[in-house]
Amino acid sequence: MDRRDSLKGLLVGSVAGGLLVTGCAPDVAEETTEEVSLPGYGRTVPEQEHDNEVLAEIFLNEHELETIAVLCDIILPAKAEIGGAIDAEVPAFIEFIVKDMPRQQLPMRGGLAWLDNHSNKLHNLEFKKLTKEQQLAICDTIAYPGKTAPELLAGEKFFTRIRNLTLTGYYTSELGIKDLGYQGNRPGVWDGVPQDVLDEQGLSYDEEWLAKCVDQSKRMDIAQWDDDGNLLT
Amino acid sequence: MQIIESAKTYDVAIVGSGAGGGMATKILSEAGFDVAVLEAGPFFDPAQDQYRNQLRWPWESPRRGASSDRRSFGDFDAAYGGWNLEGEPFTNEKGTDFRWFRSRMLGGRTNHWGRISLRFGPLDFKRKSIDGLGDNWPIGYDDVKPYYDKVDKLIGVFGSKENFKNEPDGFFLPPPKPRLHELHYINAARKTGIPVIPSRLSILTKRINNQRGSCFYCGQCNRACSAYADFSSGTCLIFPAQKNGGKVELFNEAMVSEVTTDKEGKATGVTYVNKLDRKTYHLKAKVVIMAASACSSARILLNSKSSVHQDGLGNSSGVVGKYLHDSTGASRAVFIPKLMDRKIYNEDGVGGMHVYTPWWLNDAKLDFPRGYHIEVWGGMGMPSYGFGFNPNDLNKVTGMGDVGGYGDSLREDIKRYYGAVVGISGRGESVPQKDNYCEIDNEVVDEWGIPVLKFNYQWTNNEVKQAKHMQDTFEEVLSATGGILLGDKPGADREYGLTKPGEIIHEVGTTRMGNDPRTSVTNKYNQLHDCENVFVMDAGPFVSQADKNPTWTILALAWRASDYLVDQVKKRNI
Repeated sequence: MDRRDSLKGLLVGSVAGGLLVTGCAPDVAEETTEEVSLPGYGRTVPEQEHDNEVLAEIFLNEHELETIAVLCDIILPAKAEIGGAIDAEVPAFIEFIVKDMPRQQLPMRGGLAWLDNHSNKLHNLEFKKLTKEQQLAICDTIAYPGKTAPELLAGEKFFTRIRNLTLTGYYTSELGIKDLGYQGNRPGVWDGVPQDVLDEQGLSYDEEWLAKCVDQSKRMDIAQWDDDGNLLT
Repeated sequence: MQIIESAKTYDVAIVGSGAGGGMATKILSEAGFDVAVLEAGPFFDPAQDQYRNQLRWPWESPRRGASSDRRSFGDFDAAYGGWNLEGEPFTNEKGTDFRWFRSRMLGGRTNHWGRISLRFGPLDFKRKSIDGLGDNWPIGYDDVKPYYDKVDKLIGVFGSKENFKNEPDGFFLPPPKPRLHELHYINAARKTGIPVIPSRLSILTKRINNQRGSCFYCGQCNRACSAYADFSSGTCLIFPAQKNGGKVELFNEAMVSEVTTDKEGKATGVTYVNKLDRKTYHLKAKVVIMAASACSSARILLNSKSSVHQDGLGNSSGVVGKYLHDSTGASRAVFIPKLMDRKIYNEDGVGGMHVYTPWWLNDAKLDFPRGYHIEVWGGMGMPSYGFGFNPNDLNKVTGMGDVGGYGDSLREDIKRYYGAVVGISGRGESVPQKDNYCEIDNEVVDEWGIPVLKFNYQWTNNEVKQAKHMQDTFEEVLSATGGILLGDKPGADREYGLTKPGEIIHEVGTTRMGNDPRTSVTNKYNQLHDCENVFVMDAGPFVSQADKNPTWTILALAWRASDYLVDQVKKRNI
């Protein structure tokens, strides 16, 4: 597998879904290696073109992506009940977003290089090759804004960036939405705050206000009014 | 290159397909006119899956819904474009930082707006009589009321009869019940003596006809509704006009550069560039309606110079582009500890607030003119790019753990603070200034070769003082929630958090109406003083804009002007 294939592999899982299935079949892989595109999500033609250009670009190298994966796993590891950042393919998301937002590129590349420099100074090894204990010991020195030694502030900035991207990548994935428990984004009928929540909050609807609100049993009836604007239906 | 002439002459050419253009299309096609609609962007219909943003999950976008140069309000927002349009720049005079949000697509910015649909009240048309500033409109509430009534019934708006001063009631659909964060706001507002009432949004909580569905509470009106349960110009005006058998011809990707006139100065049609083949066309029409948005219409008029209209069409007064004004805006947010670790349920509701505070101090003595309303936001929304950033900063306030860190504790932080922040925003009326204007920048053209706009705009002390009043009010109301206010209260050094001109996207006033052709561009029926067969039906003719979002008034005035146009044609005056 060459470099582009492995990158494509990262992308396939997160965004390209079924489209790249052909690319995974060994006998046709050669013909399709340059074709990476996205399923539709309401894009205009220029937007599709832009997405495809970004997908075809390469910015982060394999070493950088592997280091990102190590960090993602530290920041949001899997739990017994639910997967973590790696399961949610957050490294692939970060790979894309750094290409899509050029302002991310220098801080990301520089931050990763800072981390390796720092790791080399301490242990004469790149960060990803350290033991887990050594990795966490470094993270402990840069993961807590306000408590960081002045000479490590660049590391703190980088860690904040990668933590933000890891969390946003996770909580916008199917796995993360499930972990959060978000219940919406589906057709439904809003008919007020559940009674147990009102009770727990010490709140209630007042009758005068409720009397103005929609009777959801009549929501499919076509509205009609009298001449003074009083609803009849 | 030569200009390609249209084979036929249309009764009406409508430039722009947003609120004003859509309404003109509907009324004039139903009156039997042969209508051409020119839209500078592509076709758009949210009911067709290829255009659909609604009910998509964040992971369907590789940037998880983040904003980009192609969609300023994020991947799933319905508005193509935004603060920047590739190939179509504008410029600012030194010292001006005007923001101009443009959306090139069928329906324009009506595809993603907040659906806040407020009538101007009797005071809003006559502010000069009250505070001596600016100018009165040449019309009053009673002139527009019948059209507000008709717009309510045709398009649908929920709200409640409140008999509140200067907030006229209408033909309302019933509002949805408040959500939890809104109940907290209601209590806090009442404690501080500030009124709060159900909001007024053009979203169908009941069906209004057999062509449009009723709201199914996904909270995504800004993504455009596939059931047509909210107002946008395409779904509620232009498509129905076509289905009613009207003669409506849509020209998409048609970038209008000029209104053409004959040697008597009468309009003969428009020239436009077809963005797909980059050729220039001339569409012949007996009447031209400008509805390209206040600033775009001003640009086209100013670019339409001829021997009769030497300073641009309709500009003998020199007022085209002048009196540009946007709403003021400022915001503040509060963290409510009682909302930590919430029980999670679907509270998407309608797309926008369920409650709001109308301007309540019309009778008070204040150190600034005009007023503002307050909008409320919060709740357990769908995550998109940015969700989870700085996940536990609030631990600083609660002492419930570290700030920063890594590992499983981050999951707990995220859940603890999900839906625990409530924000409010003021949207206020500025006083129009002749010195705030857009003009043609003779040095810069867009990629179609058309000279672009340059903006000149400064807030006055009136707006800054109003923003200060907003911040004081926000502090008082949000403190009354029992919560902890977030961020520092912006002071004089930051103009009290006052937004940049243009940022609220309520820019109006560039072709203001009036009875005196020396100081106004159109008459009280949106018709150019200088050219009887050209009308302006966007927000350009607004003399002042109230603290009300402009769309409902654009719609009412476009209907009124269209009725007048039909009548004038019947009387052979045009």
